[in-house]
Amino acid sequence: MVIKRPADIKAREITDKKLVLSRRTFLRGAAVAGSVVATAGLYNGLLAPPRKVRPSEPLPRELVAHTPAAAPTPGDVKNKYEEITNYNNFYELSTDKYEVAEVAAKFVTRPWTVAVFGLCQRPRVFDVGDLFRRFPLEERVYRLRCVEGWSMVIPWNGFPLRKLLDEVQPLASAKFVSLKTLFDPARMPNQRDEVLPWPYVEGLRLDEAMHPLTILAGGLYGETLPPQNGAPLRLVVPWKYGFKSGKSIVAIELTDSQPRTTWNLYSPDEYGFYSNVNPDVPHPRWSQATERRIGELGKRPTRLFNGYGAEVAHLYAGMDLKKHF
Amino acid sequence: MKPDTLAFVKKLLLCNAAVPAVLIGADAARGNLGANPVEFILRATGTMALLFLALTLTITPARQLLGAPWLTKLRRMLGLLSFAYACVHVSIYLSLDQSFDVVAIAGDAVTRPFVTFGMLAFGFMVPLAWTSTNAAIRRLGKRWTQIHARVYLVAVFAVVHFWLEVKADTTKPAIFASVFALLLFYRFVRRGIPKTAGG
Repeated sequence: MVIKRPADIKAREITDKKLVLSRRTFLRGAAVAGSVVATAGLYNGLLAPPRKVRPSEPLPRELVAHTPAAAPTPGDVKNKYEEITNYNNFYELSTDKYEVAEVAAKFVTRPWTVAVFGLCQRPRVFDVGDLFRRFPLEERVYRLRCVEGWSMVIPWNGFPLRKLLDEVQPLASAKFVSLKTLFDPARMPNQRDEVLPWPYVEGLRLDEAMHPLTILAGGLYGETLPPQNGAPLRLVVPWKYGFKSGKSIVAIELTDSQPRTTWNLYSPDEYGFYSNVNPDVPHPRWSQATERRIGELGKRPTRLFNGYGAEVAHLYAGMDLKKHF
Repeated sequence: MKPDTLAFVKKLLLCNAAVPAVLIGADAARGNLGANPVEFILRATGTMALLFLALTLTITPARQLLGAPWLTKLRRMLGLLSFAYACVHVSIYLSLDQSFDVVAIAGDAVTRPFVTFGMLAFGFMVPLAWTSTNAAIRRLGKRWTQIHARVYLVAVFAVVHFWLEVKADTTKPAIFASVFALLLFYRFVRRGIPKTAGG
């Protein structure tokens, strides 16, 4: 029986060495290029450099108060719109400050009502649009100091909280105000995570709430407040750390006892009820002596009451600010 | 593995390791790092240092489990890449973040645990990078292994540093903590098993 054996490989079938080398070079080049592209994709996906988002709507002219805009304090340059709207602490949307704007883009803020109730003569529910028509939005250029050690200068459009509280006529027994943020995990996706005890509640003493610097803001740079900054209505208390200024407020309650506020409940040693900006009271894990103004590279010294001492220091006369931090 | 192939794998690794640094640099040059570029660079380089540290520590278990002894030849490069990102991280902290304010830095190091742990992590990394040369390995002999076991201390300090820095969302530090815990656990379990050719 004859077994057919395959013929030996003919000389002409042996691949030329040059070709082998060039094929290997090609494969290696492809491996480098492919993996570098994949790594770049991974970097963009995981470490995600911040993205810019579209600007919001101008405020209707009839809502804006015809008061001359306050002259900014020397040394304070207003932060850019892009900075204010792309670097946000809003844990209901994301714990990543760079990511909040993206998640917020889909957040619908109308219809929206704010219930004002508790120890007052005339508790009632306000439609947010009615509120803006009732109380014209004044421009207030405030410094904002975050407890994390950065700050901004922000031109808000808002009205004093006092005007709203006067409307419901607080009782003499009312000593505190608590402000509650919307709780709706379908619209605020990070509320499905128990990163903080939801809903977000912040609070002020009544005299702090009635102070003329304390405002409810509905606009920014003369435009409708974008969701990442707390639309449609947020508190702004410029002499306290930023987290005291609750966003997307749905309920305001007048009480006779100190409200149990979110960050204070989460970590009482780190976040006091008052949380007035104070360079001499460090956060247990970091110093509060200096801050980075967004847009600047170096750091500048932090000022007591965020520089609003002349206006607000009397509220705390005789109090030990290290104890009541 | 052929020396030629190994040299290529090393180059491939180096190219990919440079990608985040290049992208951060490009974004910085275009002013594209967002509102707080210093914070962003610190986060990104710190994360990269931790990532390469985790990869460095994964080499030995991977080699043993996959039976791929050549992986060891990548370990030094991975460790040095972690050190390189840590160096950028520390340099940015000292310069752009603290403006070389020695008093403030010393104060931070003593009173802020998160800074203390960061400095400990970096401080323990320096001698490891210093003794990473072939000459040092020959000179130190058995002691080299002992010295380089401290890499686990670096991992612990670095994770604590990261953990203490975040305000409430500890997801990312927790991921690194579990990876390091797993790697450390593997080391303890492995110790009881007689060494094989690959071990």
